[in-house]
Amino acid sequence: MKPPPFQYHRPQSVADALRCLADHENARVLAGGQSLMPMLNLRIAYPDHLVDLGSIADLAYIREDGDEIAIGAMTAQRTIEFSGLVARRLPLMAEAILSVGHRQTRNRGTIGGSLCHLDPSAELALMATVYGATIVIAGPGGDRRLAMHEFAAGYMSPAIETGEIVTEVRFEPWAPGHGWGFTEIARRRGDFAIVAAAALVELEGDGRIRRAALALGGVAPVPLRVAAAEEALAGRIADDALLARATAACADVEPLEDAHVAPWYRRRLAPRLAQRVLADACRRARETRA
Amino acid sequence: MKPIRLTVNGKPVSAVVEPRQHLGDFLREHLLLTATHLGCEQGVCGACTVLVDGVPVRSCIVYAVACDGADVRTLEGLEEDEVVTQLRAAMSRHHGLQCGFCTPGMMMTARDIVTRLPDADEKRVREELSGNLCRCTGYVGIVDAIRDVQEQRKSRRGAP
Repeated sequence: MKPPPFQYHRPQSVADALRCLADHENARVLAGGQSLMPMLNLRIAYPDHLVDLGSIADLAYIREDGDEIAIGAMTAQRTIEFSGLVARRLPLMAEAILSVGHRQTRNRGTIGGSLCHLDPSAELALMATVYGATIVIAGPGGDRRLAMHEFAAGYMSPAIETGEIVTEVRFEPWAPGHGWGFTEIARRRGDFAIVAAAALVELEGDGRIRRAALALGGVAPVPLRVAAAEEALAGRIADDALLARATAACADVEPLEDAHVAPWYRRRLAPRLAQRVLADACRRARETRA
Repeated sequence: MKPIRLTVNGKPVSAVVEPRQHLGDFLREHLLLTATHLGCEQGVCGACTVLVDGVPVRSCIVYAVACDGADVRTLEGLEEDEVVTQLRAAMSRHHGLQCGFCTPGMMMTARDIVTRLPDADEKRVREELSGNLCRCTGYVGIVDAIRDVQEQRKSRRGAP
């Protein structure tokens, strides 16, 4: 189908974009458009105004900023995919980005757009969750920052107010030599994940787990951190029995029901995939120590 | 209505477009470049794949108005392209098409794979091709055609 008519605005700066949003009722921000445009074509969304951030060049960057990696909201997923800095400092993200949509959509889609769309099975939202990313939001009153768990307020509902724009996503890399794991089950490569899982692990010199992070996508209205599993692993030597025990809690999720996948299937996948990514993360961490 | 200026297949184009017109419709209806096929118009099938600033994108989920200043290339603009010429012959040889609806998009993505990933193995080729749907061939012939062109170019690269 064709989208409903709208007025198109192409501001040249964040300040112009904020003014444009303030001046127009029922306006939506257009980033890469790889989710919003299908929604318009399917007539699920009816904005009267689209504010395209595509001309704001200074929202597209990946840079080290203190202890963090700062990624501009309009950075294309393709840029993340081919970034040496991301591969070096955020190897989990470098792997997960390959499952974001397809070649053609990664060329156009952005990290900020994906986070604001906040699909429950989106890999970039899962990355922001497992890394505990900070989201920088510009508004009429200035900038504010939200932790990802505050930003992901509900099903496809980021905690941004009308008139605000996400400008940056900040990731704190884990220590050199940390391990990571990512996997997802989808009906075909690039399709929405039925369940996606991601893990980060740092080991002590004696092989015990210093800290672990585990997150699941597709099993709840927003990506989930599984704190119970993370706590059960801290200070322990990871073996199959421990990972199985620690990830058992992942079956307690209350998945959304959709036309294709029954909740029991997601409940069954969640602990299996969690165990798999934690095992991968521990293996990688051990390999780099050896 | 908004004025835009862009480059299409190497030629400068100026037009006045309705903001909601996507790039695929603009190419087909304004410029009569009908090699670009429109399948799903919701960013799923890949039939409408064109190059924008050198990289493959789905033209049904890019607005023409957002392409102001962009360099767009369609299959018509690659008629003399060496890789596309090789792919055309290989697609025919390996039965890489039946009805042909997906083929223009397949050619755009296939060219991207051959030029960017000359050494990609079959698994990687299939992953890169996953954004283009074909309901006739089962993909085997398309993948074989891409692999064939990769081999042709590799043996020529290796020749003294």
